[in-house]
Parts: sequence; structure tokens; C-alpha cells
Amino acid sequence: MIMGSNMAECHPIAFRWPLKAKTEHGAVLMHVDPRFTRTSAMCDIHAQIRAGTDIAFLGALITFVINSERWKNDPFFSEYTVNYTNAATLINPEFKDTEDLNGVFSGFSTDPKFKYYDNKSWAYQRQAAPAPSVTEAKTFSDMLLQRVPGRPKTDPTLQDPHCVFQIMKRHYSRYTPEMVEKVCGCSRETFLKVAETLLNNSGRDRTSNITYAVGWTQHTVGVQIIRTAGMLQALLGNIGRPGGGVLALRGHASIQGSTDIATLYHSLPGYLNMPDGRKNHVTLKDFILTEATPQSTSYWGNYPKFAVSYFKAQFGDAATKENNYGYDYHPKITRDHSHLPMFVEMMEGKIKGFLCLGQNPGVGGQNARFQRKALAKLDWMVVRDFYETETSAFWRNSPEIKSGELKTADIKTEVFFLPSACVPEMEGSFTNTQRLLQYHEKAADPPNDARSNLWFTYHLGRKLKELYAGSTSERDWAIRNLLWDYGPEPSDVAQWRIKDEPSAYKVLKEINGYAWSDKKPVPSFANLKEDGTTACGAWIYSGVIPEEGKNNSARRKADNWISPEWGFAWPANRHIMYNRASADLEGKPWSEKKKFVWWDQNAHTWISPSGEGIDFLLTKTPGSTGKDNGIGFDSLGGGDPFIMRPDGKAWLFAPFGVVDGPLPSHYEPYESPVHNALYNQESNPLAKVWKVAGNPYHLVADPKYPIVVSTYRLTEHYLSGTMSRWLPWLSELMPELFCETSPELAAETGFKNGDYITIRTARGEIEARALVTRRMKPFSVEGRTVHQIGLPWHWGWQATARGDVVNNLSVLVADPNVTIHEGKVFTCNVRAGRVNKKGGAA
Amino acid sequence: MAKGMFVDTSVCIGCKACQVACKEWNGLAPEPKHFRSDPETRIVADNFTGNSYDNTETLSATDWRHVRFIEQFNEARKGSRWLFSSDSCKHCTDAGCMNVCPVKAIERTELGNVVIRQDKCIGTKNCNRGCPYGVAKYSEVSKTSRKCTLCNDRIHSGLVTACSKACPTGSIRFGDVPELRKIADSRLAQLKALGETKANIYGYHEAKGLNVFYLLMDKPAVYGLPENPKVPQRPQDLPRIPRVGALDFLAFGMTAVISFRERGMKDADNVSDNESDNRN
Repeated sequence: MIMGSNMAECHPIAFRWPLKAKTEHGAVLMHVDPRFTRTSAMCDIHAQIRAGTDIAFLGALITFVINSERWKNDPFFSEYTVNYTNAATLINPEFKDTEDLNGVFSGFSTDPKFKYYDNKSWAYQRQAAPAPSVTEAKTFSDMLLQRVPGRPKTDPTLQDPHCVFQIMKRHYSRYTPEMVEKVCGCSRETFLKVAETLLNNSGRDRTSNITYAVGWTQHTVGVQIIRTAGMLQALLGNIGRPGGGVLALRGHASIQGSTDIATLYHSLPGYLNMPDGRKNHVTLKDFILTEATPQSTSYWGNYPKFAVSYFKAQFGDAATKENNYGYDYHPKITRDHSHLPMFVEMMEGKIKGFLCLGQNPGVGGQNARFQRKALAKLDWMVVRDFYETETSAFWRNSPEIKSGELKTADIKTEVFFLPSACVPEMEGSFTNTQRLLQYHEKAADPPNDARSNLWFTYHLGRKLKELYAGSTSERDWAIRNLLWDYGPEPSDVAQWRIKDEPSAYKVLKEINGYAWSDKKPVPSFANLKEDGTTACGAWIYSGVIPEEGKNNSARRKADNWISPEWGFAWPANRHIMYNRASADLEGKPWSEKKKFVWWDQNAHTWISPSGEGIDFLLTKTPGSTGKDNGIGFDSLGGGDPFIMRPDGKAWLFAPFGVVDGPLPSHYEPYESPVHNALYNQESNPLAKVWKVAGNPYHLVADPKYPIVVSTYRLTEHYLSGTMSRWLPWLSELMPELFCETSPELAAETGFKNGDYITIRTARGEIEARALVTRRMKPFSVEGRTVHQIGLPWHWGWQATARGDVVNNLSVLVADPNVTIHEGKVFTCNVRAGRVNKKGGAA
Repeated sequence: MAKGMFVDTSVCIGCKACQVACKEWNGLAPEPKHFRSDPETRIVADNFTGNSYDNTETLSATDWRHVRFIEQFNEARKGSRWLFSSDSCKHCTDAGCMNVCPVKAIERTELGNVVIRQDKCIGTKNCNRGCPYGVAKYSEVSKTSRKCTLCNDRIHSGLVTACSKACPTGSIRFGDVPELRKIADSRLAQLKALGETKANIYGYHEAKGLNVFYLLMDKPAVYGLPENPKVPQRPQDLPRIPRVGALDFLAFGMTAVISFRERGMKDADNVSDNESDNRN
């Protein structure tokens, strides 16, 4: 089931695999999507739903599954659900569901200034805490051992009204096929076809996969949509098993890698949290205890080793036990510093300088007019790209300059444009959707002054360190002591014109980790220490360079199955996470057809003949129970496959970790043409909004903006077009901006195919050629017609393929967990004819 | 052994990678008609058609490949289909372009592919009219006619064609024609078994067999392919006035003309050239 993704168009290379499954193995492909796309064209079933109603659809699938005779009667489902999920866990009796509070959960703060949930009432019921196994705490691990909580209370019969299963069942009881018809605008028959296909293709002998992409993330409920899919897959027993899972197709090349190695503001490499001035993170001990204590009974019990090794990698010899491994000098965040709030602060003049690498916010940024105007408030900006992007040219020819809103002479922003190298002109690794690192060699020198981002970053750091070398100021300790030893390797650069290209291998080796004393790479994260004797940039990548000179990400040996010697899948070459769940409670394969990782009774170890890395402690006996007062694997039992969760279970109910509720609920998009049919609460109560000048919002069911709009991409162009719109071969394939609309809307509004039409929101107005097609369909919701249009957003005013900037229409609003915008659904209005050019369009 | 390509349109995702790979390998310019001039970037694309996702519309002297987009949607959106098909030169066994070239500038290599020799072509445009598929096109730049060569340089170096190499889903497969036919036959049988009654293979008999042939999900006409391609045998056969039915047949003499409407009812193996008499 592909949902929230247009895989054939946006991931055409990967789409060969679903097609192979279909043509060679008879797999059924289903596409649940608001539009009929090139993906829908290749699928057996297309369920068309109104944009932003994914949770309603998925929640109804959950209800369908748990009420089905098959699910209730096939022991596979109960064995998996009772043992491998937290369905049996008892929740605090004070918990109140959205069913009780009409759209919000217990713990909702009514402070209008700062909306949040206090999640105390979402917590597990627990046994009394065990007696600690250590009395004197010599290490961080000892401190965690002194803080181990009691085991969660459970009811394996799933009958207790406070157990997760009963709470979940009540929560989704109104999510029915009839409700899907009403809310999603998808017929009951089509919904049931999807539901039955999923159920029939799950179980001992069969698994189903759910694949999504930014069609799910770009919502104010994005995290919760994905969680719903995870819950559904857990209930169907489709996690940790071959052919199952929830597959996240990433937005572009190595986005997985930049998440892992933390270009995200709130995360350190390897998903450690960023030290945060708002939390109890004063000292290293505070940081580790605050972050690790709630999850110490999972594999995260090793948090101290990962964290200390990270700081050692940052500061090297200067990182000592006495100075907390340099923790005190490490930057801390103080608030949400992600893209959208950063531009709000830029507009307020709080941000003076901007390094823009691999990004074109002048086109790709939400409310792009706002973002371009914010650029004008900077003192300086560095743009590194292949071509003069709209972002780098905003000061001379943007729509705001043309309309007179901005004047070049008044813009003080000093823009430095630095040409960047292309991928074949540099060495490095990509990390893909499957967490697979694949190495690429340098094929040619970049032309002229173009350089890799690695070159730029390395030499920028090197020069900054030179500037601070003589400083005696305490606050400059971090830059002075920053370990920065990625200098060129003479043998690597010998054949190239550019002799000062730093060594990508050295960077990857630091990420992998090494023993501090002899600088030998660690073979695994299991070798990391919390005493400063190991350095490791990102623990999850350990094993990519298991020994000096051996780069596992450069391996190219494929088989027709797991291909364990093709590249390197983090963690520890485990391609399917939580793969202990591919065996039953006793460690036996669920079925011959789906056997993958199982317990070898004679050898007394877990085995995987495919060569797959085993995501479990090899010697942990299936029936064993963990130590009540242990941390890490000591705490987990032989039947706890979900080793990164403190109870070893897949979470149907999230007692913490998700800020906007323990169970996903259908909320309308922040801007929706209709009211929420399920709750009084219209949209996500915690959605992040920025009520600032230049970022006006539409009301729910705003008569001025009755039409739903989705923004998306096409195969022919790449993101904001930086890599495609300057190429005439690609430009002629999709020459200019168009708007996909139904013939019904065209007739109602009075335009024809190919005409220019104007699309308007409170943020801006753009024009586009109308592509009138029955692939777009009006939805019938609550007895009225809801029209939906589609706008691919690749174009800007530069390059050889041009068009208005679609994101002039969108708005700064975001998911509360991850601050991702809601580009997939907002409201607009449409009229025939072109924009009055003074109105600010390109 | 003739080399060719099997284009399985049932797994074409309309990504156009074949179009771009073709242009890149063969060094083909952007089609001048697709651009207007611009003071800053010299050219700006100006060829939006509004015809589904097809903006290049046709094969040309610089577009040797073209992906068609066929939207089949009724008002109720029941049984909707969006069909894609990547089109190019078919490298016919009976190649009209070769037959009508007055200077023999069009040659067939030992691998069965049909190539317009740019050093011999004098630009009569006969082949443009002689091709029943509208493949060969005259270039105002080179003053010659041009078309797909089946990547003549690549296949003579043991490589596959650029388009098939770039195709992410295996919709375009390069190989020996008999091998490709086996693959096509089994894929067709698979689709028929799944209830795809309209699926058919185009190119076993047309123009005495196309080295580049297709598995179609609907009638050839839906894809813009003639059900009865008329292959001129000599330059004199080139049409000068609009032609009518049976006269064409007489004019062209022995041709491989098959009606797919009728053939669809019969076992493909039993269809012979003689059945062309049954058309109309």
C-alpha cells in the first residue's frame, strides 16, 4: 500500500521493486492518494481520498482489522499483538481519551499562550521500582541502574478497560467505512477493498508493506499519520518481518544521512538529543540522566557510551573526565531553531548571517515571499550551488523587486555566491531510505572554482580555528579544541587538480568511531565506552569502517535477497529493524515462507542464513526474562523484539515521545474547507503557528478560500529546480508551471485546458497554465462539493524553465513534533485569467 | 541475429528517462521549437501543451524518443487508466524509409538496425513520408533526415541502448529479437490471465516484423500506431495525394498489413501475411 507517496514519479528508480513484486510475484499494489498520479496508474487499486484525511482512513483500517473475524480467530495475530506490542499494558486510570474530551486528551494545557500536553496521565501503570543492583554510582551507567523503574503492569487477556488495546479500540470505534465515506470522500466499497486486501495479505505466510513519503510528513499531523501506519502494521504483525514494515521514502538523496548525522537542530548525530537550555541539561550528568533515564531499559541504556564517545570525537585530547569531555563548551539550543522559526527570526532581524547549502528557500520555502523578504534583513548570506538560484538572486530580480516591494539599493544583505561541485566530482557516501550507506568515488575534478561542500566546510572550519588559535578566552575553548583532522590524504588527491580536497574517508572513520589510544576503528557500537577511551561521531554508523582501510559502504556484491555485502545498512548491517519479530515467541519462524531470523536451539544462538544483521542479542534465549533491575539488554527479555523501546514492545499507545497525543486522531488540516466531522477540535490543537505580519492564515471553512490545494513534485524536475530547470533537456519535458484541476472546477470557474488561471491565498497570488484532467476529482463532503487542485512547485523566475513560485501561496504552519510544514494541504481560490503583474507574481 | 527492443508499456511509468538518456548519449540538441529566446539565459522553454504530461508531442530530428500519455477517464472515474508508452523508430524488417531513399543513404547493419547515414543523406525527405510511423524527420540544422539508430555505436560495442539502460522499470528491454519475443509472449499470457483482455503485442507482423515491438494495453490506435501500416516499396509509391482504402494495397503491392482488431480474436501464431486480404 503506497499512501502519502507518489513513488512512481518521485522515486522512479526504487519503484522498479514494487513493479517487480507485481509482475514476478503477483503482489497487489494499492495507492491511497488524493490525486490519480503515475503511481496510481501502475497500481491495482486506487483509493482517492480528500487531502489531509489520512488518519481517518488509517484509523478505520485499524477498526476494520481488530473487529474482523480473521484477526480475532487467527492465533498469529493475538500472539504477535499480545507479546510484541504494548496492547496489554495498563495505562494510568486517569487517562482520558478524545472520545471523553471531544477531541483532546487528558493533560491538555488551556494556557492560550503556550499549548502543550502534560503527559503524566498517559503513563504506564507500573510495579514498584526494584532494589537497585548498585549502591555506589561510579559511572553514568551506575546512575541509570539506580533509577530503573518498576515493570509495566499488563493484562495479556486484553480485557482490562485501562489496557492499551481497549483504549485504542474505543478511540477508533467511530472510524468506520461510513465515516471514511463522509470524511475522506472515498466510497465504502473502495475502502473495504483496501482493508480486505491488507488483511488478507498479512499473517504467518504473508506480509504487507506500507510505503509513504512527504505526502505524509508535510501535514500538521504528519508524525501522527505515520504512527497510525506503524500501529496498523504492528496489529497486522507486519513489523520486523521480510516484506513488511513502514517504508519512509526520503525527500531527496541522502536526506536519511543528513538526519542521521544531524543537520537537524534538535539532534546530535545518531539520534542523541541536542543539549537544550530549556531542559535539565546543566552538566553532562544532568544531560545523560535526563535523556537516558526514561529509556534506560532499552538499548538506549547505552546512552552514556554513545554520548561520551560523541564528545570525545568532537574535542579529542581536550575532552577529559575532569572537564566533562567538553560538554560545558558544547552549544545548547534554547528554542525551536528549525527552518520556519529561523526565517521568522530572520525577518525580525535577529539572525544576521545565513549559510545556504543545498537549499533554495526562495522557491522551496513555505510562504516564499515571506522568506525572500526575510533574506533582505540579513547582513550577509553565502549560497553554494550549481547555478544562480532564486535565493541568491533575490536582491536583483525577485518578484518583490519587480513589484517595488523591495528595492535593490535598500537591501544591505551581502550575497556571496560560491559554485559547488556535483556528486560525481566528489567522494562520499549516500544513505538511502533503507538506511543503506553507499559510497561513491570521485570521477572528475569540478570545473574552475567549484568545490565540494566538504571542501568548503573543512576549510571554513580550519580558517576559523586559525583565527581563534591565539585566543585565551574561555568561551573560545570549543573552537580552539574542536578536533578537525580531515586534511587531504596525499595518495587520494595525487591524480586530481584540486590538491586541498579533504579526506571523506577520515570523516567517515570518525563517524564510525575508533579507540582513542591507537586510533583503530571500532568494529561495532558494542565496543564504545563511557570513560573517554573511544571516540565516535555517530554510534549508529559504527561498523561501516570496521577496520582501518576497510570501507563497508563501498561494497558492491549483490545477491537476489538481502545483499548483506552491498553497502552497509545501519545499525550493524540490519536491513530490517526489529527482525527478532520475524520469529515467534519461542524463536521459531512464523512460517517457512517468511522465515528470516530465528533461534538455533543447538547452537544456542539467533541465526540468519541470509546474512542479515540480527537486531537482537545473539545469545538471549527466547523464553528468558530480563533482569528487573537491569538496563539495556539486561532488562529486555527474549521475547522483546523492539529493543529501542524501554519495554521492548511496539507502541500502539505512546506514553511519551509524541507531544500531540498518545494515539493519532483525525484533525482537519490547519486550513480546511470543512469542519471536523469527528470532534469539536478542528485541527491539531498543538499545531505550530506564527502569527506574524506577512503570514496570514485562512479560517476553517473560509468562504473566501473554498478550494483545497496540494503542492508536489514531478519526475521531470528536482525539488526547487536547481538541478533540473537549468538543463534544457529537462526544461522541455516540463516547461512551465501548471495547475491540475478537474473539468468540473474548470466549468464552474470558466476556464479551459491550457488557459492561464490565477490562484490566490492570503499570502500571495500566482498564475499557472490550467491542466484540466479527470485525474483530478471533486469530493463530496457533508453534502457539498469540495474541489481540489494540484500545483507542482518546481519553478521560479530564473533558469530555462520558468514559472511563478507556488510557495508564494503556502503558509508557515507546522507539525508540533518536528516543525514540518503543511505543504500537502491548505486552501486557496481560483479564477480565470492572469495575475495583474503588480500584484507580486514573477 | 537481429537486435531489437521489447517495450512493455504495462510497466512504463512515463518518467521520460529514456528520452533524456537518448538525447544525452546521442548528443541531441534541445528541440528548437520548444524554446523562445531570452536575453539572460538565451533560451526559455515555451512548449506547454496541456496534453496530459506530454510536452514534446512528437518524434523529431532532435527527439528520437517520445513518451505518450493516454488518459482514459470517464465522467464517473470508473475503470480509469493512464497509459504510458515510449515510442521510437521500430527498425522494421520491411523499412519504408530504406525503400524510398533515392540515394541509398539508409542502411541496415548486420545487427538488423536501420541507420540513416549522415554522410550520404542529401535531404530529400523521402524517408519522412515513407515511414508509416512518422519517425524519420528532417533537420534544418544538419540538412539531413535523422532518427533513432538503435544506438548503433553502443550496440556494436556490446552495450545496450541508452534508453533501455536508463529505463528504471524494465519497460524497455534490449536484446535478441527471438529472446525478446519469448519474454513478450509470457508477459502477454500473464496479463491475459489477470483479465487484461485488451492487451496485445504490436510488431510481430507489421512491416514484416518490427525489431522494436510493443506490448500494448489497448488497441494500437489508442497509442497512435496504425493498425495497418502501409510500407512503400519504391520511391514512386510515396503518396502525393490523400489515399483511399484498397487502392493503397494495390499501390504498395505485397505488404505486411494486419488488422489487429481481427487478429485479437485469433491465435497469434496462426496469423500470416495472407490474412491481410481479410481487412476491411
